[in-house]
Amino acid sequence: MTTRQAIVIGCSAGGLTALQCLLPGLDPRLGVPVVVCCHTGSADVTILVNLLGRHASLPVVEAAERAPADPGVIHIAPSGYHLMVEPNLHFSLSVDEKVAYSRPSIDVLFETAADAWHDGLIAVLLTGANSDGAQGLVAVRHAGGYAIVQDPLTAEADVMPLAGLEAAGADACLPLDAIAARLNELCLP
Amino acid sequence: MDVEDIELQLFVRAMQLRHGYDFSEYAPASLKRRVQQLVRTHDAGSISELNSRLLHEEGFVTRVIEGLSVPVSEMFRDPPVFRTLRDKVFPVLASYPEINIWQAGCAHGQEVYSLAILLEEAGLYERSRIYATDFNDAALAVAADGIYATREARDWSRNYIEAGGSHSLSDYYSARYDFIKLDKRLRRNVTFFNHNLVTDEVFCEAHLILCRNVLIYFSNTLQDRTLGLFRDSLVRGGFLCLGTRENIDFSPAAAGFADVDHALRIYQVGGAGARPLVR
Repeated sequence: MTTRQAIVIGCSAGGLTALQCLLPGLDPRLGVPVVVCCHTGSADVTILVNLLGRHASLPVVEAAERAPADPGVIHIAPSGYHLMVEPNLHFSLSVDEKVAYSRPSIDVLFETAADAWHDGLIAVLLTGANSDGAQGLVAVRHAGGYAIVQDPLTAEADVMPLAGLEAAGADACLPLDAIAARLNELCLP
Repeated sequence: MDVEDIELQLFVRAMQLRHGYDFSEYAPASLKRRVQQLVRTHDAGSISELNSRLLHEEGFVTRVIEGLSVPVSEMFRDPPVFRTLRDKVFPVLASYPEINIWQAGCAHGQEVYSLAILLEEAGLYERSRIYATDFNDAALAVAADGIYATREARDWSRNYIEAGGSHSLSDYYSARYDFIKLDKRLRRNVTFFNHNLVTDEVFCEAHLILCRNVLIYFSNTLQDRTLGLFRDSLVRGGFLCLGTRENIDFSPAAAGFADVDHALRIYQVGGAGARPLVR
């Protein structure tokens, strides 16, 4: 069976509430990095980092340029930059054009993470009102990674999960409150 | 090894051997994305097709360079940076009879004009010389024209006010149809020219270097080399301003720089031990 090496999560409209439900359910012994791209529209992601850090079971930090994707830490993409994972599993940033009208873009994170972790990657696409992340999910599945899409019926905005399912399908389509348990199951020995 | 990764390595070799451009120390993830974008832009079936055109087609390299240096910026991006330059850095610059500023990687020049306006309003412009460099000639031409789409410029007025501008940004440009044109007086002390941070050397003694969101595309090795180049270009006590999310913790050359404002990535060359001279 494949060893799961990393989790990437993408969300947009309704994302804060969804993350506040999902992240506290992660097992504190989870030995993999968690990387989150959430469109916030604000210039500074610090507020989001603090809000999520309050209840999460793992430390929550802003993903730092050039720093390694540390296991057991939740890394949040900074505002205004694309967050990428380099082949050496360190983060990099770019200010290239928006992708799917977004920067940070979930597609960019998912595609580069798929390149870096191949079939060791788990990608989770949550609520959102645009289709960013759908192409990223295609790349994740193409590389042999495991794709989880939030059940659109439980999503505050269903455009993003529906677009993901249509473009890539999924290994699991789960209600929001069941996703953390599945991630724990997949990652814990 | 993935076929596309092999093609990408051959692309880097072709650029190096055929055209003398060295992308081998660029961070791979963004380089790959940009090359993939080039494949789409030029309707090529694969990176290999780009490679073939790079080797055989006259002038194609220019278009590749344009695609590899995606110039995305805005005027007064991150307004607190400009406010802090004005409040903490300009008073030190004011003590020099002549002020040399190097804008490295100036792309389409939005930041050059922002800086020129700020210097003008601080009464420092007349004795300043701004060297605005980029390795992309097409971008330099756009920068020298100072013409931007009105649609892009929508947020710039607000940025300018937040940066502490004392007039109205519209005092500095004329608007026509869908474009704005910056007052050409703003570039009377600006020199635009081609300089490649990867291969070119020190060319001036600078009091301030701005290089925001350029090193983010470089490997740690190239970032370190470039920071060394900046350190060697700056006068003692000279300032360096990087992008607000850049991280120089992995660079040995960064030891030569002291924080002026850590959050805004404004540094000062402080000699051995890099004791901060301004706080």
